[in-house]
Amino acid sequence: MAILVDKDSKIIVQGITGSEGSFHAEQCLEYGGNVVGGVTPGKGGQKVINDTVPVFNTCIEAREATSANVSLIFVPPPFAADAIIEAADAGIELVVCITEGIPVIDMARAYTYLKSTNTRLIGPNCPGLLTPDQAKVGIMPGFIAKKGSVGVISKSGTLTYEAVHQLCNEGLGQSTCVGIGGDPVIGTKMAELLQLFEDDSETEAIVMIGEIGGSMEIEAAEYAKENIKKPIIGFIAGQTAPPGRRMGHAGAIVSGADESAEAKKKIMASCGIHVVDSPAEIGKTVKKVLVS
Amino acid sequence: MKIHEHEAKDILKEYGVPIQDGFVVDQESDIESAIDKVSQEFNCSQFVVKAQIHAGGRGKGGGVKFSSDKAKAIANAKSILGMTLVTHQTAKEGQLVRKIYITEAIDIAKEYYVAITLDRAKSKNVFMVSTEGGVEIEEVAETNPEKIIKVWVDPNLGFQQSQARYLAFSLGFTGNQLKQAVKLFSALYKAYEGTDASIAEINPLVLTDQDNLIALDAKFNFDSNALGRQKDVLALRDVHEEDPTEVEASKFNLNYIKLDGNVGCMVNGAGLAMATMDIIKLKGGEPANFLDVGGGANVETVKNGFKIILSDPSVKAVLINIFGGIVRCDRVANGIIQAVSELDLNVPVVVRLAGTNAVEAKKLLENSGVSILSAETLEEAAVKVVGAAT
Repeated sequence: MAILVDKDSKIIVQGITGSEGSFHAEQCLEYGGNVVGGVTPGKGGQKVINDTVPVFNTCIEAREATSANVSLIFVPPPFAADAIIEAADAGIELVVCITEGIPVIDMARAYTYLKSTNTRLIGPNCPGLLTPDQAKVGIMPGFIAKKGSVGVISKSGTLTYEAVHQLCNEGLGQSTCVGIGGDPVIGTKMAELLQLFEDDSETEAIVMIGEIGGSMEIEAAEYAKENIKKPIIGFIAGQTAPPGRRMGHAGAIVSGADESAEAKKKIMASCGIHVVDSPAEIGKTVKKVLVS
Repeated sequence: MKIHEHEAKDILKEYGVPIQDGFVVDQESDIESAIDKVSQEFNCSQFVVKAQIHAGGRGKGGGVKFSSDKAKAIANAKSILGMTLVTHQTAKEGQLVRKIYITEAIDIAKEYYVAITLDRAKSKNVFMVSTEGGVEIEEVAETNPEKIIKVWVDPNLGFQQSQARYLAFSLGFTGNQLKQAVKLFSALYKAYEGTDASIAEINPLVLTDQDNLIALDAKFNFDSNALGRQKDVLALRDVHEEDPTEVEASKFNLNYIKLDGNVGCMVNGAGLAMATMDIIKLKGGEPANFLDVGGGANVETVKNGFKIILSDPSVKAVLINIFGGIVRCDRVANGIIQAVSELDLNVPVVVRLAGTNAVEAKKLLENSGVSILSAETLEEAAVKVVGAAT
């Protein structure tokens, strides 16, 4: 088990002929992921990555030819929301969008449309998914992770790698690592992933890394209090961030008292989450929680 | 991105929202003629002089003055233009007023609050109105949240007439006022969507003695992801309102925010950058900045990063924290070594590299001969840099 992706996932890459898309498609293949095709409008019929991966003009064609059930998107920001909708219209069950910088209203429209389909979106502006030893659908460096029983949910890229690195140093592997993205509108929120990890027999504990801005961590904590039995270890980045300033991620901005790291941590702790103050203590805390 | 009040009102006007109108002046010699123009154009003898800076709280800071005649308007305009305005939203040292907006004065019967922004929890825009206009809406939200009426807009349907009616009725409007409000709310939503705004706020929206609804003040912020398709909006960017170092950093594609501490930091990735600042604080230090160098950390980015960090004289030590995923740490180490030796740094530099080829990178740093303190873990790096800064 694991969540969302495994060795049987059939992956297509939208934007596979671009520099980012082709580089990461190859990396995903090398990791052992099942990259069955790519989509670039106007470049259908080509084969890329040492002449092995077929390129299609449309997602519908790609889906028909390959039975792909996962799409990984590297399409530039002005066209990325359209690419998400195209994947959903083709019936792709899971769409992972790496693209950073998609206009918010475009994402709000795509998000609302996806609610009427059976497609789940991860991201955008995220590092994607990694199920160690099975599949990577995104840009996480595969070698830092190892197979195990800790589920990881995070808004950030490199901070996720840091947490995974700490887990491995403690001898703890991961079931699946999910980078959900740091934008104001994202496809899959923390609470939904908590439930997926709760239902996953392989996962024993969940690391949840949030940051300032929005209320997703609070909603997840309140959900967890009622619904999640597995231990959750939480960290919120941005304790020193000044209000009203966007800290890199479009969504990382404190625009109300509830959006500060302090407020989130307090509510998370009151909901039974093991809150870590120091980003250097994430791995150690998971170990402690699992041993106790 | 933020813009000035008069620019926000220009947008409102373009979309058909009635505004309290006026003219903008940026030099003293134009003040009198501008007042005459306001008087003629809007048929008024009383005026309001308003400082044009991005920060809120201008009135309380003395940047907005009612002027009951032309002579008073001239005096107020002269004193506000060129003043340094300090409000709760400006930096401590305040913001220089480079232009003023001279408008007609309006007889106010009642004030309302109207705003649109994204509700992240619902991934939809929320349209909010309140009878408690003219005051800090945060206070209303805290003390009387029931006085803020909200509707959420389906992004694929757009703002509905029924929603506009509901909001207008909720504010107690009837008859002619109701008609005006419905039209105004619809126009405001069109302006918000049409400009890819992230906030559109009219506070206050006023009902005049003559029974007209007019936007007395206006604030627009914009989605920076959408500026590529909003050339007219982008043209309104006022770099005078931004921190000069941050403007400089943005030219190098570096994401920099200046803070008050003395420990500079350079990190790849926004989340890790925030976490690095957090651990500096936890170890008893104060971060001097947020700096995300993004995915690739090469010689140029590291060099530019150093220049930006060290342009802040309060920086006493620098921490570089790079987690190499796709980017290889040995390459980053070479970049750091080259940058440090070329730049002739006079503050201690602590470097922590993790991820791809971290071991090789550590050896490179240790054998380089440049004075760099190397650290293996985040914890060790933070302790070392805080120690070096104090």
